[in-house]
Order: sequence, then C-alpha cells, then structure tokens
Amino acid sequence: MAMTATVGHAHADPHHIGVVIEHPGPAPKRIVTAYGFWVFLLSDIVMFSCFFAAYAVLSGQTAGGPKGAEIFEQRNVAIETVCLLLSSFTCGMASIAADVRNRFWFYLGMSVTCVLGLIFLVIEFREFADLVGRGYGPSRSAFLTAFFSLVGCHGLHVSAGVLWLLTMMAQVFAKGFRADVLRRMMCFALFWHALDIIWVGVFSVVYLLGGAP
Amino acid sequence: MLGKLDWSAIPFDQPIPLVAGAVVLVAIFGVLAWVAVKGHLPYLWHEWITSVDHKRIGVMYILLASVMLLRGGSDAIMMRIQQAVAYQSQGYLPPEHYNQIFSAHGTIMIFFVAMPFVIGLMNLVVPLQLGVRDVAFPTLNSVGFWLTATGALLVNISLVVGEFARTGWLAFPPLSELSYSPGVGVDYYAWSLQISGVGTLVAGINLVTTVLKLRTRGMNYLRMPMFCWTTLASNLLIVAAFPILTATLAMLLLDRYLGFHFFTNEAGGNVMMFMNLIWAWGHPEVYILVLPAFGIFSEVVSTFSGKALFGYRSMVLATMAICVISFMVWLHHFFTMGAGPNVNAIFGIASMIIAVPTGVKIYNWLFTMYGGRIRFATPMLWSVGFMVTFIIGGLTGVLVAVPPADFMLHNSMFLVAHFHNVIIGGVLFGAFAGFEYWFPKAFGFRLDERWGKAAFWFTFTGFYVTFMPLYIVGMLGMTRRMQHYDVAAWRPWMIIAALGMAVLTMGVICQIVQLVVSIRNREALRDRTGDPWDGRSLEWATSSPPPVFNFAFHPDVRGEDAYWDMKVHARQQSFEHDVPEYQDIEMPRNSPTGFVCAFFATIMGFALIWHIWWMVILGGIGAFATFVVFAWRDHDEYVIPAAEVAAIDRVNIEERRSLVSMAGAV
Repeated sequence: MAMTATVGHAHADPHHIGVVIEHPGPAPKRIVTAYGFWVFLLSDIVMFSCFFAAYAVLSGQTAGGPKGAEIFEQRNVAIETVCLLLSSFTCGMASIAADVRNRFWFYLGMSVTCVLGLIFLVIEFREFADLVGRGYGPSRSAFLTAFFSLVGCHGLHVSAGVLWLLTMMAQVFAKGFRADVLRRMMCFALFWHALDIIWVGVFSVVYLLGGAP
Repeated sequence: MLGKLDWSAIPFDQPIPLVAGAVVLVAIFGVLAWVAVKGHLPYLWHEWITSVDHKRIGVMYILLASVMLLRGGSDAIMMRIQQAVAYQSQGYLPPEHYNQIFSAHGTIMIFFVAMPFVIGLMNLVVPLQLGVRDVAFPTLNSVGFWLTATGALLVNISLVVGEFARTGWLAFPPLSELSYSPGVGVDYYAWSLQISGVGTLVAGINLVTTVLKLRTRGMNYLRMPMFCWTTLASNLLIVAAFPILTATLAMLLLDRYLGFHFFTNEAGGNVMMFMNLIWAWGHPEVYILVLPAFGIFSEVVSTFSGKALFGYRSMVLATMAICVISFMVWLHHFFTMGAGPNVNAIFGIASMIIAVPTGVKIYNWLFTMYGGRIRFATPMLWSVGFMVTFIIGGLTGVLVAVPPADFMLHNSMFLVAHFHNVIIGGVLFGAFAGFEYWFPKAFGFRLDERWGKAAFWFTFTGFYVTFMPLYIVGMLGMTRRMQHYDVAAWRPWMIIAALGMAVLTMGVICQIVQLVVSIRNREALRDRTGDPWDGRSLEWATSSPPPVFNFAFHPDVRGEDAYWDMKVHARQQSFEHDVPEYQDIEMPRNSPTGFVCAFFATIMGFALIWHIWWMVILGGIGAFATFVVFAWRDHDEYVIPAAEVAAIDRVNIEERRSLVSMAGAV
C-alpha cells in the first residue's frame, strides 16, 4: 500500500515557482461548523434579497391604497431599531460570557437579548395589527403585500431566533459549556447579528426611503 | 376537521391514475411485507434509514432517483403516445389529465430524478475523492435526503389523492393563481418543491463546506479531482440559487393562501416578476445539474484513456467561469417578454458566451482521449455518446440564444427538443456513466458489461429517434404542451417520436436487467482490488465497498491524480513495509433525526395542501421537538479502536499486495 502515515513532504510542485504551501488536512470542527453556518447565512441573505427585490418592484403599486409615507411611523421604527441593535450588543456580551464560561453573565446577556427581541416583535406585531385594522392589510395592494412579506419575513426570523435563544439557555443550563453547545452558541450569535444587518437594510429601504414624502 | 379533503379528491372516474396508484400501493406493501416477514426491518432501520454515512445516503439518493425515473418515464411514454394518436381527435387522455402529466413529468424529472441522482453521486464520491471520512455535517446530510424523499412522496400522493398542477413544471402565474387554478394541484407542486428544496439547500451547504474545509493532507485546490471542482461549482450555485426558488414559491403560496398580490393581475401584482425570479433560480439550476455530469465525464474519460486529464487548469477555469456566467443569462428564457432589444441583446450575448468554456471542456476531453489507450467500457460509451449528443444540444442552444431566432422558436417543440437534448444527453448520460463507473466502489462488484452496453445503445438510438423529430415539428410550427392537433405534416414525426420512445424504453429495461443479472452474478463480478478500472483518484485507494471510516488514515497527496501517483511510486519502490501507526477513529453515530424530520414534514406538507390546520400545528410542534431532542443528545460520536481499524486495513492491504504482485509477475 503506497499510502503511508508519514507526514511532512515538501514536494515541489512543478507548476509553481517557489515554495508550495501544503494543505494541512481537514479543518477542526469549530471552523467547519462556523464555515457551514456562514454559507447558510449567505443563502438566507439571498432569500431576503428576493423579498427586497419584490419590494423594490412593487413599492409604487399602491392600487389606490396608501403610500408608504402615509402609514409608516418613524418613532416606532426608531424604537424597534434601537432594541434590535442593542440586543446584538447584549448577544455579543453573552457570547463573551460563554467563552469565559461565566454562567451568570451568560444568562443575563441572553435574557436581556431575549427581552429586547420580544419588545421588537411586540412593536412590529402592533404595527401590523394596526394596519390590518385600518383596512391596509397585505391583500389591499401589491405594495402592502411586498411590505408585509419583507418585514414579516424578518420578524419570522427574529421569532425563530428567540425560540433558538431559549433553547440555547436551556442547553447551557442542562449541559454546561460543552464544546458542541459552544459551537451552537457561536452559530446562534452569527444568526442574531445577521438579522441585525438585514434589519438595517429593511429600515433603510422600507422605512427611510419609503417614508420620505 | 379534514379541511378541503373528502372523497371527491380520489378520482374514481379515472381508471389510469387509480390503477397506477393501486399497482404502486400493492408494490410498496408487497416489499414492506416481504421485508417484515424476512426479518430485515432492523437491518434496514439500523444500516440504512438511520445511517449518516455519506456512502449509504448517496446510494439512497440514487435509489430514489431511479424509482422516480420510472415514474417520470411513464409520464413521458403517455405523452408520446397521446401526441402520436391525437391527430384530429382527442386522443386517449382527457385534456386536464394530459396537462397534469406534462407538469408532473417536468417537475419529477428535474427535481426528483436529476437532482437526487447528481447529489447522490456527489455524496457517494466526493468525500472519498477528498480522502476524508465523511461530509462536513453527516446528520444534516441525512435530513437533506429524507426531506427530498418527502417531496417525492407528496408528488406521488397527488396521483391518487387530489390532483397535480396543470400549469407546466414552473407553475407560471397568473395561471397558477387561485382564480385560475382553484384546485390543490399547484399546492401539491409548491409544497413538495418547498420541502425538497430545503433538503437540496442543506445538501448544498454540506458539500460546499466539505470541499472547502475537509480535504486530506496535501490536497491543495489544484490537486482536487475534477469531479470535486464541479461539485464545488454546482453546490455554490445551489446555495446561491435555491433560496430564490424558496422565496418565489413562498410568494406564490402567500398569493394563493392569504390573498396577497405578488403575481396577481389585480391590485398591482406583477406577473413578469415571477418570470424573473423563477428563472434567476431556473437558469443556474441547469448548470447545477450539468456541471457534476461534466465532472463525471472528466473522471471517466481520463481513467479510460489511461491519461491525466488534458488541460486540468483550463478545465477548472472553465468550470468556475460557467458557474459565474450561468447567473447572468436568466432573461433568455423570456426574450419575448418585451424587455426591449438592448436587454435582449445583452442577455443573448451572455448566453452565447457560456458556449466558450463549455467548448473548452469538450476539446479538453477530446485531447485527453487523443493518444490515450482507450478502453470502451460502458462508462466510456456513455461519455463518448454524451460528447456527440451534447454538441448538438449546445449548438441548438446557441441558436435559441439569438433573440430574433428565439422569437420564432419560443415555446415550440424545437425548444423541447433542445433542452431534452442537453438534459438527457448531458445530465442523464452523465448520471448513467457515474452509476456504472462508481457502482463497484459502492457495492464491491461490477455491473454486467454486455447488458450495460445494450442499455447504452438502445438509449442512445432511442434518444435520437425520439427527439430529432421534435426539432423538425418545432421548425414546422408545433408549439409545446399540445393535447391534440390538426396539422397533417406533424403527424408522421410524432409517430416516429413515439417509436423512438419505445426504443428508449428498451434501454431502461436493459438497465434494470443489467442490475438484476449483476446482483445474481455478483460473486463472479466481485472486485477485490478496490480499483476495478485502474483509477486515478483517491476513491480507488480504499477497498470496495469502503469501510465505514473510508480511510484508515488520511492519505497524503503529493500531486494531481493522487492515487495514480501512489501506484506509480509503489511500482518503482516496491512496497514500503513500515506498518503505519493506526489511531482511534471517531465516527458520527447513526440518528433517526432525518427520518423523523421527514415524517413531520410529510404530515405538515399534506396538511397544508388540504388546509387541515390542526395537523399543520401538530407537524410544526413535532419538527421543533425533533430539533430539541437532537440537540439534547449526549454522545453523538462513537470510537472505532485503533486495533479494529488496523485489522480492517490489514485485510485490504494484503488483498491488494497479492493482486499487485501477481500483476507484477506477468
């Protein structure tokens, strides 16, 4: 068998000039997990960009219904934004706490993140309920369809994130800071921060641009 | 209680689907009963259904694809017969039934035959070629497969319970909107694709991560086998394109379920946005399918020519060029939309540019064969047949990439002939080549060559007899999806096409016979070397079938064609007799997660299609519970002790050493 267990051949590659950097072999689990999750996040962002594109196409199609400027309340959106950005910070604190294995700060950071996420969701839900109540539901016009879908899709992601967050806290409670729990925590943090980035897009494209008279 | 579901959903008045459904049910229960009586259920559960081994999952993917190929093929036979007899008459199929058949045929062939076939081959082979033990996320891999199976199951349920979409394989609105398609057909279509699409995305993420992060020592990017490169390109496309499909179908579903207005005619909806979105996924999809096939041909041509692949680096470059350009041409699917000459010209030119890297590939394969010692085994036959056929398909593709020509040929049978030319001649031939080529690796014995060659010649001939007439009737003005027609000039060609279909069917039968004969003669066809074709890449370096851990230790790669290198060195230096130091190997534990996920996904999908809301909630809770239970596992790995690894590996080494020394003595 020609396959040997010996290591460290620095065979010169005839196609290259100079030193060849040998590939060291499979990456450690932590890297693989994070990498895979990044790829997933990119795919998720592609999905969001479809809803952004749909919004861009349909934002003028109000079919006699209200325009964006008439229904958006900038104050609510400002509070939502502050909550979400702050929650990213507290999520970061929870990640650091997990890295140094500090349970107290981990629970505290996660709890605050959870509360901020829930406040965000409540405000968004009230905004939606209010619009539907005034007859401006998603079936009123293509513009409202695109608006509800884009913002709602983000809200759905935040809800899933909250569910995941609670599962993470339960996991740390039951299993402690085990290697696989920490890897999941890393993925959760990536997810939560990515939602923030997408919110910045939603906030700018929908509320800032669309809110301008 | 049961939403829209009642007895009227079952088509008692239509004998064809009912009989077909009954036959399938009898077959399924027959197989299940046989398995249960023989006591194979535990084996099936522990070794296959809950397996997270990439090789097993790959085999199951291919099995699923093969079964669905028979289903999609039956649809094709029915369509060819219908068009042969439906001259100045209704034919034997009622129009709405015929419409369901062509929609189901397209949907099944793309999503549940071509996709699982190539993903199955990639799953089976790529970790072996990279010299590693499994894919990046083994359990997720199992989830992906079972979700694909859920989608296939839902499509087949639609045969008997309710109906399938009558809207064509991409369900264009406004026809697919609630006002024009009030039945459950489009919902079957959308939910089965939504669920299996998640499975495909998962597989894509998994394989991208595997290729980029899990390569054995020394396997630099430019030492990866070509199939790994095309796998990477194809899965990058999956990751970038499938979310578009998910979003588009979600929009269509929102329109249908909640009265949204993405693609409706009223309230400002935009139908052409659907075209843009669906083809922004759909065009890359073509390359998702064909790039892995290109990789298979590269492996096969180089192995059976006994030469390294000609122009390896240009091949890599061509692959990645196709990967990028394929995302910039989607609009050529609707030149007639009225986007204007400038837009059409740009997309027309971009479409034609793809022919350049594809041409580079064709020449590379030809030059690989040039001066080589060619063996015309079955995989090589499929490859050469591909080269001839695919060139025709590619040229007609360039033709329809010319916008003025496309205005003539849009939605004609010419187009149908063109894409069958590339999908059958490219993807299916590639899948069959890969099937024949890697079968001994997966099961430890070869397939019967005589039946394999017969299958090739029947399929090859049948393909030409079926599809060349379609080019002609397309030129004569026949549009696609016709239930019946009154033009005398089309008739003879439609009859020839139907005869061609009969020849094609012979090819399929030969392939089934080949499998049966080979399994019967498996002792005579046994491959003890692990390297039946004198292969060049690492999958041939381990035994066939490979042990669960693939390699006793990570192979050390020192150049392109890693295993060929090792063999050459071994012949020169005889054998290095130092016994390697074996180490314990950690392998992922089996898990029913994938199967349970698919169980709940099936329940949820079915409930959503029929508006059975309590069942949807039940399915959702079940899915979350599965997730938590999976996350709660304490031991997701087990250890194979070094002694056991050594014992398994020693047998493999001894077997090879004896065979090689025998060969050396000759």
